Amino acid sequence: MARVDVIMPQMGESIVEGTITRWMANIGDEVKRDESILEISTDKVDADIPSPVAGTLIEILVDEGNTVEVGTVIARIETEADAAVSAVETAKTSAAAEPAAATAAPAPAAAAVAAGPAPTKIDGDGPGTREGRLRSRSTPVVRRIAAEHGVDISRLTGSGIAGRVTKKDILAFIEGGGALPSGMPTGAPGMLYVPIHGDTLEIKIPDVIVRENDRVEEMSVMRQRIMEHMLMSRRISAHVSSVFEIDFERVGALRRKLKPRFEQDGVKLTYLAFIVKAVLESLKEFPVLNASVVGRKVVYHSDYNVGMAVAMDAGSGLIVPVIKGADELSLLGLARRIQELGERARTRQLDPDDVQGGTFTITNPGVFGSLFGTPIINQPQVGILGIGAIEKRPVVIDDMIAVRLRSYFGLTFDHRVVDGAMGDFFMSKVKEVLEDFPEES
Amino acid sequence: MRKTGVASEERQPLTYLEAIREGLREEMEADESVFILGEDIGRYGGAFKLTEGFLAQFGAGRVIDMPISEAAIVGAAIGASQVGLKPIAEMQFIDFIAPAFDMLVNFAAKYRYRTGDGASIVVRGPCGGGGRGGPFHSQNVESYFLNVAGLKMVAPSTPHDAKGMLKAAIRDPDPVLYFEHKYLYRRVKEVLPEEDYVVPIGKARCAREGDALSVITFGAMVQRSLQAAEVIADEDGAEIEVIDLRTLNPMDDTAIVESVKKTNRCLIVHEASRTGGIAGEIVARVNEYCFEWLDAPVRRVTAPDTPVPFSPPLEDQYLVQVDDITSAARWMLAY
Repeated sequence: MARVDVIMPQMGESIVEGTITRWMANIGDEVKRDESILEISTDKVDADIPSPVAGTLIEILVDEGNTVEVGTVIARIETEADAAVSAVETAKTSAAAEPAAATAAPAPAAAAVAAGPAPTKIDGDGPGTREGRLRSRSTPVVRRIAAEHGVDISRLTGSGIAGRVTKKDILAFIEGGGALPSGMPTGAPGMLYVPIHGDTLEIKIPDVIVRENDRVEEMSVMRQRIMEHMLMSRRISAHVSSVFEIDFERVGALRRKLKPRFEQDGVKLTYLAFIVKAVLESLKEFPVLNASVVGRKVVYHSDYNVGMAVAMDAGSGLIVPVIKGADELSLLGLARRIQELGERARTRQLDPDDVQGGTFTITNPGVFGSLFGTPIINQPQVGILGIGAIEKRPVVIDDMIAVRLRSYFGLTFDHRVVDGAMGDFFMSKVKEVLEDFPEES
Repeated sequence: MRKTGVASEERQPLTYLEAIREGLREEMEADESVFILGEDIGRYGGAFKLTEGFLAQFGAGRVIDMPISEAAIVGAAIGASQVGLKPIAEMQFIDFIAPAFDMLVNFAAKYRYRTGDGASIVVRGPCGGGGRGGPFHSQNVESYFLNVAGLKMVAPSTPHDAKGMLKAAIRDPDPVLYFEHKYLYRRVKEVLPEEDYVVPIGKARCAREGDALSVITFGAMVQRSLQAAEVIADEDGAEIEVIDLRTLNPMDDTAIVESVKKTNRCLIVHEASRTGGIAGEIVARVNEYCFEWLDAPVRRVTAPDTPVPFSPPLEDQYLVQVDDITSAARWMLAY
């Protein structure tokens, strides 16, 4: 049993008071939810006011003919239901939703109800689906941020009207580092929960014995994001790797030749610019490597946005700035972009936009001495190319041993859409372009 | 000879109306092919005395009093533009542009596409309400022309922009409709640069920086939006960004999108009536380009769908007031 206050609803933004013209229900009457119980009149509209709940009208606090301010308690209804559940506050939101200008939009005739100290709570008429709940509780920008950070919006407390989660709320939540630990279901201890598209990956954390002199520290936010992203990728894609050896004599000679000219433009010419160029040509020939998988569909991207993994100083993390529209850039343009993005990445000056929208990624473990690697795909892409050390090696050419500049390239591709042969066609093309790199002006 | 290098404090502030006059005069002095034509602009000096003294300075050949026929005024201007002249046609009140609609829509706007050469005319006139002018002397007409490809439209909100955009309009090779808000004529003043300057067509201006909400507006509503922003800053502690569009066609999408992506909230304020108003077009663009950046529905604050009333209290009710903007902004900030 609960008593629910019936309050004078706000019938429009500029309306501050209303007059009760007639009570249609008397004390002691049983009223149904949405049954008209009184008529009110304001300077803009006259309206029948429906009962907010089903129950018995037990008190009338304002008599006919009297004018009271919006928000004044005008009657009380006793209900069977739990007050907290039946508490709704519709008038504020619906009145606010009406156009701001002086156009006379008819105000919705719904009674506002406040039941004791119960907080406002949305519910009732909205669709009961998860999607419906998300929609009613967030906005497009919030849903975008949530998707980027793997936050489940339905677990946040919103400060917006009707408990809506605002951008401020979600940013505060993420900044507080709460994204993963408190945002995820708190199941059994010893479990790690990683958000993957529309689902949660549950991983049992192995027992670790923490000894007296061991150091335990919280992961940085970047570290957590990398952890989630890598686990998510491993779970989603069918990773296969293939390694090719590529001769760099041609590119090495071209680089020596072009370097001084590029330096005049203030651009450092690296092997990476040549490699990106070769990758772009190969992606154009085999577009399934420049794609994403959505359910049972393949999205072939029309943009060629190549991400380049950059290690943060002292191995403190990893970030992948994206060369947007890379296929439209010349060798000089690519080299300039690579240099600029690399610098901004290392000095932590990338904009959010710089790390989004990649369609293929190149990573370069070779600079740290690795011969070749089998990198993890950067979701939602389907391919990642790892560049091994570029160094002089003895090789057999025409039954003679020669010294050549060479490198192992490891391609990891998603076997869901790229078969082994396709991956190797792609790599053959990369090899062909690099070993016979065209002279550029 | 003009003195150069005079410190700016010696220069007197000019009103919006004086800035337009100075712009007109300088362009006519600089270029003999520039001339003006309109009703009562010569001997009488214009209904608002904007062209006072022009007849004496430039003579009847370049300051032409026309009969009461806006179709003839604009038609003659278009003809003159085709023989290399640069006419500036005045509509005594912009409301009277309606009889010239055919000339503008079917001739001026189409020349560029038909012949490769534009009709280099400016059609300028006082717009807007707040002056107790009633339904025939208070209108804002931009949305009548928004659907016409080939007509540029500008609506400056400051003396600086009024002068600079008038010059840009005169020098533009295509027809430009120049809407000067008569409420601003004598109410805003500022010291203008001494040198010849142009405010380019197609570039909006950030009139106030903020991070909580973007108000997209133009004309006299810029002042009002700035006032509303100050109220919100004082009372709510939220900083509202005000984008002064300045050019209504072609619209500066980049400025709108950049601002909305920054603030995640977009409120459009204009003085004209609601339905089919320019705000609808801006809402569509924000929806197309910024949907995933929005943290609240895009809203409009406009006049209602009625003619501008004569009665002062009714006109005040009709026109967008500071309170209308603050209450819409507050609703959006709380959303």
